[in-house]
Amino acid sequence: MKLLRCPVNGLRPISEFVWGGEVRDMPDPDAVSDAEWAHYVFDRSGVPAVKREWWYHVPSGVWFIAERDTVADRVLRTYPYGGDA
Amino acid sequence: MPYRLLKFALARRHPEPRMFRTHARLKPSYDVVIIGGGGHGLAAAYYLARDHGITDVCVLEKGYLGGGNTARNTTIVRSNYLTPEGVRFYDESVRLWRDLSAEFDLNLFYSTRGHYTLAHTDASLRTMRWRAEVNRHLGVESRVVDVEELRRALPMMDLSAGGHAPVLGALYHAPGAVARHDAVAWGYGRGADLRGVEIHQQTEVVGIELEGGAVSAVLTTKGRIATRTVLCAVAGSTPRITRMVGLSTPITIQPLQAMVSEPLKPWLDPIIVSGSLHVYVSQSARGELVMGASLDPCELHSTRSTFDFTEGLASHMLDLFPFLSRVRVLRQWAGMADMTPDFAPIMGTTPVTGFYLDAGWGTWGFKATPVAGKTMAWTIAHGRDHELIRAFNLSRFTDFRLTGEKGAASVGH
Ligand SMILES: Cc1cc2nc3c(=O)[nH]c(=O)nc-3n(C[C@H](O)[C@H](O)[C@H](O)COP(=O)(O)OP(=O)(O)OC[C@H]3O[C@@H](n4cnc5c(N)ncnc54)[C@H](O)[C@@H]3O)c2cc1C
Repeated sequence: MKLLRCPVNGLRPISEFVWGGEVRDMPDPDAVSDAEWAHYVFDRSGVPAVKREWWYHVPSGVWFIAERDTVADRVLRTYPYGGDA
Repeated sequence: MPYRLLKFALARRHPEPRMFRTHARLKPSYDVVIIGGGGHGLAAAYYLARDHGITDVCVLEKGYLGGGNTARNTTIVRSNYLTPEGVRFYDESVRLWRDLSAEFDLNLFYSTRGHYTLAHTDASLRTMRWRAEVNRHLGVESRVVDVEELRRALPMMDLSAGGHAPVLGALYHAPGAVARHDAVAWGYGRGADLRGVEIHQQTEVVGIELEGGAVSAVLTTKGRIATRTVLCAVAGSTPRITRMVGLSTPITIQPLQAMVSEPLKPWLDPIIVSGSLHVYVSQSARGELVMGASLDPCELHSTRSTFDFTEGLASHMLDLFPFLSRVRVLRQWAGMADMTPDFAPIMGTTPVTGFYLDAGWGTWGFKATPVAGKTMAWTIAHGRDHELIRAFNLSRFTDFRLTGEKGAASVGH
């Protein structure tokens, strides 16, 4: 993977981007047990898959979502957070 | 070609015995099944048989013996960690390393070189003073050295790092060493085999059966094995195995790359590490410079290598050693590092009865091969965590009691 399409700036070299990890939903801290909260804070899905991930375009300060195959390192699509492809 | 050599090559019968036996098929059950024939899995098998008399053991390896991160690492052995738990653990490993060649009757080329971690900022000097204090308190040789001493010890290094990252000092750790990685796997493999352990290559684990929250069988590409005890020692494949028993962990997989130069006359005795420049380098017994950098920047389950890595690492090498500009890179490769958030391993018992974990070895686990094998064997034999590994249990992530080694492990290996 050498290029990535930022939804705002278009196709840019991968060196301009920072990976932000998989998109995860935060549970309500007041509603979950300590163990469930610890699970949210630390545990990750480490298995290979197509994952929804946070990516950051550094020069323009844009956070967005990429769907990426973590075995082939292929990005299937990118879109703004809250938006759709 | 000498006549004897030719005769030897053409002869069907080779007097030199293989390192270990091959077995036509798996038995229907074993007392202990070890998943992963890297250094860690083989060492655990060796100590189970040698120290605890547990020999009804099989080691299952999906590829070939030692072909995982064991064969891909840059072989730095050291014990100058940051937490007392880490220092004690890795120090015990260094002690075991020193005797291994004699114990195996196999030359591991274990070579004590001394290890410099360079500081380019006040913040890293501060962490080094901290590390030196903790290390010395626990009897590990470690001290902060100033630029003058570095200039005398490493006259071939540009201490200004090309003018943009001047070296302010370093942490010096005399026991720092390198070893021949393949031989470590073979030595443990042969030792385990001689004591009755079965090693099965080309045998992949594809499932694990549980009964009432306890392990009851392991499913492989060569059939089903009934067992109550499984050790998972698969480094970069850990999340795939823990998923089979429904265990969640903080482990994520990111590639770590390395490369070697063409062989040069010996000129670099110690191991040099710079966290700020993302460089670490040593010179192997063959004369090659063995070099590595930091992790690849995102999750990836692949051992592809990249040009970006070679380019970046070469440029940082030239900052420190400008005279290498004409030296060629010979090979490069990558391994899948099983990273944890606190840069400490995940070892010992788990909430699944009979399922033991030896994982989270990230970029730093080669040096731990002997002590991990030894303590995991003890843990399996006794059904509870060995005292040296208590701080590494998976439960630390539910108890919010991490073992923070980032300051000593994030680039240093
Ligand atoms: C480039 C690089 C440089 C490094 N440098 C250093 C260093 O300088 N110092 C240091 O201390 N550490 C270093 N490390 C880390 C070190 O290499 C590892 O932590 C260590 O080798 C892990 O050993 P292991 O036996 O646990 O895993 P591995 O050697 O990876 O063995 C695991 C085995 O499990 C097998 N396996 C996986 N899934 C299955 C399955 N389903 N069924 C059967 N078998 C399976 C794999 O094929 C593999 O052979 C480095 C790592 C890399 C990648």
